[in-house]
Amino acid sequence: MSAPFYVQGAWFVGALLFIFGLKGMSSPASARKGIVIAGYGMLLAIAATFLIPGLHNLGLMALALIIGGGAAWISAQKVKMTDMPQMVAIYNGMGGGAAAAIAAVEFAKGEMHGLVATTLAVLGALIGAVSFTGSCVAWAKLQGVLRKAYRLPAQNAVNVLLAVVAVGLGLVVIALAPERPELVIAFFFVALVLGLIVTLPIGGADMPVVISLFNAFTGLAVGFEGYVLGNPALIIAGIVVGAAGTLLTQLMAKAMNRPLSNILFTPLAASGGGEAIEGTMKELSALDAAAMMRYASKVIIVPGYGMAVAHAQHKIWEMTVILEEAGVEVKFAIHPVAGRMPGHMNVLLAEAGVPYDKIFDLEEINGEFGQADVALVIGANDVVNPSARSDKASPIYGMPILNADQAQNVIVVKRGKGTGYSGIENALFYTDNCRMLYGDAQPVAGEIIQHLKTMG
Amino acid sequence: MDGLLALYIFMLAAFTGYEIIAKVPVILHTPLMSGSNFIHGVVVVGAMIVLGMAETPLQQAIGFFAVALGAANAAGGYVVTERMLAMFKKKEDAQ
Repeated sequence: MSAPFYVQGAWFVGALLFIFGLKGMSSPASARKGIVIAGYGMLLAIAATFLIPGLHNLGLMALALIIGGGAAWISAQKVKMTDMPQMVAIYNGMGGGAAAAIAAVEFAKGEMHGLVATTLAVLGALIGAVSFTGSCVAWAKLQGVLRKAYRLPAQNAVNVLLAVVAVGLGLVVIALAPERPELVIAFFFVALVLGLIVTLPIGGADMPVVISLFNAFTGLAVGFEGYVLGNPALIIAGIVVGAAGTLLTQLMAKAMNRPLSNILFTPLAASGGGEAIEGTMKELSALDAAAMMRYASKVIIVPGYGMAVAHAQHKIWEMTVILEEAGVEVKFAIHPVAGRMPGHMNVLLAEAGVPYDKIFDLEEINGEFGQADVALVIGANDVVNPSARSDKASPIYGMPILNADQAQNVIVVKRGKGTGYSGIENALFYTDNCRMLYGDAQPVAGEIIQHLKTMG
Repeated sequence: MDGLLALYIFMLAAFTGYEIIAKVPVILHTPLMSGSNFIHGVVVVGAMIVLGMAETPLQQAIGFFAVALGAANAAGGYVVTERMLAMFKKKEDAQ
């Protein structure tokens, strides 16, 4: 169907605003403006759609917009910053589900326009359905609803079999629909199960990459359904996101040193591997830690997800301000996968008021650890493990790490003596220049602040 | 739509998406994933068209479902992204 010129024009402007918005979001200074611009584009595109003559069910449409949009608006306002990744996952899954549902209605109507449109409709439906159930599993895992990694025997074979069946049914649908509605239903069922089964065995640590992949998937699905509907705005928005999401997924996988094929087909070894580590862990008090940093000239803080879970970022920033007033240079070093997604830690620090010009990427700061008097590692573990550089048997060998071990002194704030999220021993803790400060990040930071205040 | 014309749009849009992300600092990866998540929420427009042309109760039901999901994608994606980006401040604004 073709919309009148003024609606098409509004969609065009909407697509333009999306691209400007994304462009704006690619730099910290203009990022906020970027999302607002894209938001106007969305409002314009939705409002214009109401003006298409001859559309039915306008009341239902408004109701669905209010229910879906309202529920998401309210839940998104409430969610804590640490829980952001799973929210991105669930909203993304909904977009995938919407794309698949669009295809379902088109099949139900049975009026496809040509082989290309039917093929893209099926492809979009498959990708959208996988993204829908897959994202729901990703949400459940990060939210802690699903704790175990469920692995079927011969998981990879099952994955491949399901994928082949889904594609086969898709081909049948292209050839036979709308004559055989039961095949259409079977196709959607297998596609939904595929998303479920592929995502269930993937561990929480790999989830960010998977969410990013599903984000790209949904983009593609939207783009394909846009073709089916003859709507260029959907095509442009969908494909831009598909391409951007694919690249982002690759960047993340690279930062974690986990090729995408490994994430999808083999789980990270839970523990073991690597050389036995010699030496002992040496403890230190909060008072000593405070003194060490107070009389340093340069301190680099390496925050990890543990800090965020302990809600210590505000205290850490308070500590940073005191140190800076005493003339100490303080910088924050962020590993690409600190937090739950690349950039997640930056968001958490930003929430605490840390200005982004104090926050440095791995490449920017790694050369500076050698000149730092103190590296304060707080709630981070694997991302500072020197075994990744030297121990070929280690499961994380080859992963780029922050070279905290090269600082004069290293202070590690850690809850207990156990291994971290991935269960891998950290050689850093046993080195001569490293001291352990045991305790929850927030009270520990509070203690350090108290001591710093008495030092004046 | 003309198939070849659509192919051109696909190609140019893919390059645009790639170029925008290629130069982005790591600190913005999460907000940007969230932002691009918001942008594919435009699927709601497609869902509205489909619902607007639905004829049977089944089509209406699936169409309604699609619009609600798409709207949730757009609204949730916007709020989450806006909340994250609102926190990015330069030093002088923060103090």
